[in-house]
Amino acid sequence: MKNFKGNVLFLNRSDINTDEIIPAKYLTEITKEALKPYLLEDLKIEGFNPTKDIENKSIIVTRENFGCGSSREHAPWALEMNNINVVIAENFARIFRQNMFNCGMIAIDIPKDKIEYLFNKYSNKKISMSIDIEKEVISIDDSGEVDTIDFKIGEFDKTLVKSGGWVEYADKNY
Amino acid sequence: MGKTIAEKIFEDHLVNRPFEGINVLKLDAVFCHEITTPIAITDLIARGKDRVFDATKIKAVIDHVTPAKDSKTAEQGKILREWSKRLGIKDFFDVGKNGVCHALFPEKGFVRPGYTVIMGDSHTCTHGAFGAFAAGIGTTDLEVGILKGVCAFKSPKTIKFVLNGKLPEGVYAKDAILYVISKLGMNGGTNSVLEFTGPIVDNMTMESRMTLCNMAIEAGGTSGVCYPDMTTVDYLWPFIKDEFSSKEKALEEYSKWISDEDANFEKVIEHDLSDLEPMTTYGYKPDLVKPIREMEDSEVDQVYIGSCTNGRLEDLKIAAKVLEGKKVSDNLRAILSPATPDIYNKALEAGIIKIFSDAGFCVTNPTCGACLGMSNGVLADGEKCASTTNRNFFGRMGKGGLVHLMSPASAAATAINGKITNSNLYKGEV
Ligand code: SF4
Repeated sequence: MKNFKGNVLFLNRSDINTDEIIPAKYLTEITKEALKPYLLEDLKIEGFNPTKDIENKSIIVTRENFGCGSSREHAPWALEMNNINVVIAENFARIFRQNMFNCGMIAIDIPKDKIEYLFNKYSNKKISMSIDIEKEVISIDDSGEVDTIDFKIGEFDKTLVKSGGWVEYADKNY
Repeated sequence: MGKTIAEKIFEDHLVNRPFEGINVLKLDAVFCHEITTPIAITDLIARGKDRVFDATKIKAVIDHVTPAKDSKTAEQGKILREWSKRLGIKDFFDVGKNGVCHALFPEKGFVRPGYTVIMGDSHTCTHGAFGAFAAGIGTTDLEVGILKGVCAFKSPKTIKFVLNGKLPEGVYAKDAILYVISKLGMNGGTNSVLEFTGPIVDNMTMESRMTLCNMAIEAGGTSGVCYPDMTTVDYLWPFIKDEFSSKEKALEEYSKWISDEDANFEKVIEHDLSDLEPMTTYGYKPDLVKPIREMEDSEVDQVYIGSCTNGRLEDLKIAAKVLEGKKVSDNLRAILSPATPDIYNKALEAGIIKIFSDAGFCVTNPTCGACLGMSNGVLADGEKCASTTNRNFFGRMGKGGLVHLMSPASAAATAINGKITNSNLYKGEV
């Protein structure tokens, strides 16, 4: 399994689309590694600086409809290449969400009030999180003070994360 | 309790349900293009799985950047080309025979009512216009589709739209779908199949139905869907005439792919569109829509007519009617990309290409072109384009650019007038 813990990047906007996650002009790359420097390059949020703010982050917390737009799996790959394997949001676009699990990464949706809570309490702080997919718990570490939030993902999603993605699973089972 | 079209198709194609609510479906068609497929091919080779489940069910095209613009896009085309050859994929459409996937594949008769279709492209929802379940997926799902001919989907929910009334003159499927999206919101259809029904849809051509279904994804929808009827059969007839003794027989068979009246819809939304005006978008989200009337006099730098939304013959004809005998304004430049070679040739024979080029349009080869700002027609920072495409995200047509989505009629009127112009108010004299 991939790494599901680390520092948190808060992106305070809904409807962040896949063109913002990785612009179309980089779709000519044929390796995942080449995408690394371009993650969130076109994302305009006040005070957000892609090169500076992504560094050392492993988990994204954001609002609604993350990953809408194009089907490009380059979006999760660009995250993965930056060691970000977890996105927590109120909800996700269907294709993006499936792409995350298909790559053995995690897209966690939690209710609006919990997202609100995370933003209110932690978005101005340096915090880290770790995700336990078995117990379905997010543990938040705020300079030693620990907080937890429960979540739910499906059995299929868990299986994909554990078996390293959909290709191996499907080739064995179909 | 009756069933929706999607439920019927799922039942018919079900392989198994490995987990609660997860349906693994058998696929009738896997479509491929040169942007998302080469990386799948490379990965399959690396895994030692350079195979296809059924070469006759895979269709491939180079469409996004064509002819290749640089070494990297040439390489993408090459990987797709060699793979098609190596694995016996006969329906591969190379430079000269290629066009925008969601216009080309229906035109070749590759989509039928009741089909399951996937493609590594979000606008795959277009093909639901034929009464199919057609969904965009990512590269991993594409790899499994290519390898095993299956794909996993959650059990479908369906939102049914009933479009009542009659579209006024100068108002088209594009205006209707922009209006529908503005009401539903760009997240309002997520995880749902969007069914388009009602008298307005019944009276639409297949081209217009494809325009509707094409933009289902802009509201988050998994697939668009229209019910198959005689219009569907007429369109498909050249491809199915050996399968059925008559069109009536074909219709009888295809009619099983219609939702039951008492099916369990997540929502039924009715709109009367008899008074609908030409619409356009004004921001970076497809649900930010208002009547063109309220946007008139906004200047644009470019007009683009083309794409899988509105680059078909019907669209070119409508635009040509507005353009005939007129000139493109000196305030902007205008580009036409007919969606496929067949559309290009028919437009050529009908004198439509000449109308565009006499008006001062640049006419390109069939390609996605400016739609996604990867090859030609890219906007400079701060520029605006009136476009018949489907997506207006920030940077979509070029970094710092803004796209106003609209119908071909409105785009043509805008080209002549040099600023955003309402097609139905535009009666030829500006
Ligand atoms: S025309 Fe635009 S939306 Fe359609 S397939 Fe091409 S890039 Fe995608």
